[in-house]
Amino acid sequence: MQAFFDIFDIYLMEAVINGILLGGVLALLALGLNLIFGVIDVTWICYAELVMIGMYAMYFLVQSYGLSYFVAAPLTILLVALLGAALHYLVIAPLLTAPPINQLLATGGVLFVLQSFATVAFGIDFRNLGIRLPVLAFGDMNFSYARLLSFLAALVGMVAVYLFMTRTFTGTAIRAISQDRQIMALMGVDTKRIYLITSAIGGGLAGLAACLLVLQYDVHPFVGLSFGPITFLICVLGGLGNFIGGFIAAFVFAEIISLGGLFSDLEWGYVLAFAFFIVMMFIRPAGLLARRR
Amino acid sequence: MMGQGRLAAWGIGLAALVALPFVYRDPYHLHILVLILIWSFAYTSWSMMGRFGLVSLGHGGFMGIGAYVTALLWNHLGWSPWIGIPIGMVAAGALALIVGYPCFRFRITGHYFVLVTLALSGIVLQVITATRDYTGGSLGYTPNRAPGDKLWALQFDDKITWYLIALGVWLFGIMVWHWVDRSMARYALEAISEDEDAAAAAGVDVTAEKLKITLLSALMTALAGAIYCQYQMFITPDTVSGIAVSLQMVFAAIVGGLFVSLGPTFGAVITILLAETLRIGFGTKAVGWDNLVYGVLLVLFIIFLPKGILGSLLDRLKPQRKVPRAHEQEAVQIARPGA
Repeated sequence: MQAFFDIFDIYLMEAVINGILLGGVLALLALGLNLIFGVIDVTWICYAELVMIGMYAMYFLVQSYGLSYFVAAPLTILLVALLGAALHYLVIAPLLTAPPINQLLATGGVLFVLQSFATVAFGIDFRNLGIRLPVLAFGDMNFSYARLLSFLAALVGMVAVYLFMTRTFTGTAIRAISQDRQIMALMGVDTKRIYLITSAIGGGLAGLAACLLVLQYDVHPFVGLSFGPITFLICVLGGLGNFIGGFIAAFVFAEIISLGGLFSDLEWGYVLAFAFFIVMMFIRPAGLLARRR
Repeated sequence: MMGQGRLAAWGIGLAALVALPFVYRDPYHLHILVLILIWSFAYTSWSMMGRFGLVSLGHGGFMGIGAYVTALLWNHLGWSPWIGIPIGMVAAGALALIVGYPCFRFRITGHYFVLVTLALSGIVLQVITATRDYTGGSLGYTPNRAPGDKLWALQFDDKITWYLIALGVWLFGIMVWHWVDRSMARYALEAISEDEDAAAAAGVDVTAEKLKITLLSALMTALAGAIYCQYQMFITPDTVSGIAVSLQMVFAAIVGGLFVSLGPTFGAVITILLAETLRIGFGTKAVGWDNLVYGVLLVLFIIFLPKGILGSLLDRLKPQRKVPRAHEQEAVQIARPGA
């Protein structure tokens, strides 16, 4: 066993494993965005801002109301799910027949609204949940429990969504709509209801991601900007609406960020990821898993 | 194309704009006017490609590059902005080509294009923040005050000079807009925005046409960033680059109206006056309220007035002048090939 670890640089191993753990949360975020895009054909530019609101919800539920983390988490997920449904009902539904660009920009406006709402309501201070989870030592490598927990919870969340999509009638209807938008209304599926449910699920996934991210990062109104762009990159690299492609791309990106961060600042990890993305655009323009036509 | 009446109106309007600072000297109002002119130029640059359905959220990146390259060359190497601005523009143009070529070559359009460019502006922000040893990171950056020649350093203390510079740059932007409007490229790009395959079949080089307009737009946006930096003498990553700036450009252009030459300018007037009024109205005690109202208004605008204020007004004034082009219509997309 020891000989096995000697082959690799111990820090390299640690970065690789941390990358995998980060990939879980990124995959969760990408799944929510992909779901919305695949079904409703709308990109929520403000997706990361929903996560930000969820992180604030966690912070206040735990800090101000003294709820335990595991009580606060379902409440937060419910809240952000409602927020997602409201976003669809108030902003997207009136624009369903508008050009796609207008839908996209309207959610961009919501990004402004959510950011400034957080600034007004909560101030621009960095806030920390204040839960310190122990660090797991494994050989010479250290992993935080927060990351491990996030990774596992993200996996559970994704499996739950998968089961919902394949085993229930509503899930089947959602998948059917993403395949053919026009015909499903004729097949007796209430598209409006399905859109609303999908938005709520998308919001719920953002809420779950918020519960996990709040363990690792401080909350502030602009926290969405630090992982919003990377989520979009992941979705495009995986192919918008392609769940499996997004899943794989999330781990690829997480590794690049983690390894880039090992050699330099974290920001340079992002820059490397972007450079990689541009190169991939030349090689696989329609996403990682796209079939060559 | 332009009638005698319109030409005369432009002439009178311009003369009034040039004469304004010599008659009316209130520094605060002049400051607002300079800002409006600089941002109008940036918004016009964005709308050059935005009007053809190429919605880019990467322009915050181009603007940031223009501003930071100019300031960095001045501070670290002592190169005058007269050299630094062209270098900044070339850098932004090169980035536009590097990102644009695969996008256009491999037909990345619509959502994909928006998300790729969105990431671009996010990344430029990250790079500026990451190189904090040189750029000052999130704390911002100030070009050194020039000891001697003000013209060489492109630093002026009085607002009137800046007003005239900004007016000139803005006028240049409007002229380029009209130049594109009357060129063959416009017809090619309109054809592309309606149906790429049909345009390609009709002999339009889709990739080259899109690259040309993207390059032009990026160069102008970088110029706007550099001018903004020279005027304000203080830049932060958040004021000249990033997603917020990109969205701000798109919104202003849409509020004003994308498809008329003065639309983006009109949008700049409205959004900046609105932001200033809200800022003063709410005072310093409530940071963020101005942006909150701003954001709500923008969402309402996109839902209820997608052609923008000026565009809708002009439509009202000249009914049925022309058949609206497909990409300006709000049509239900019935058949979605490949979906």
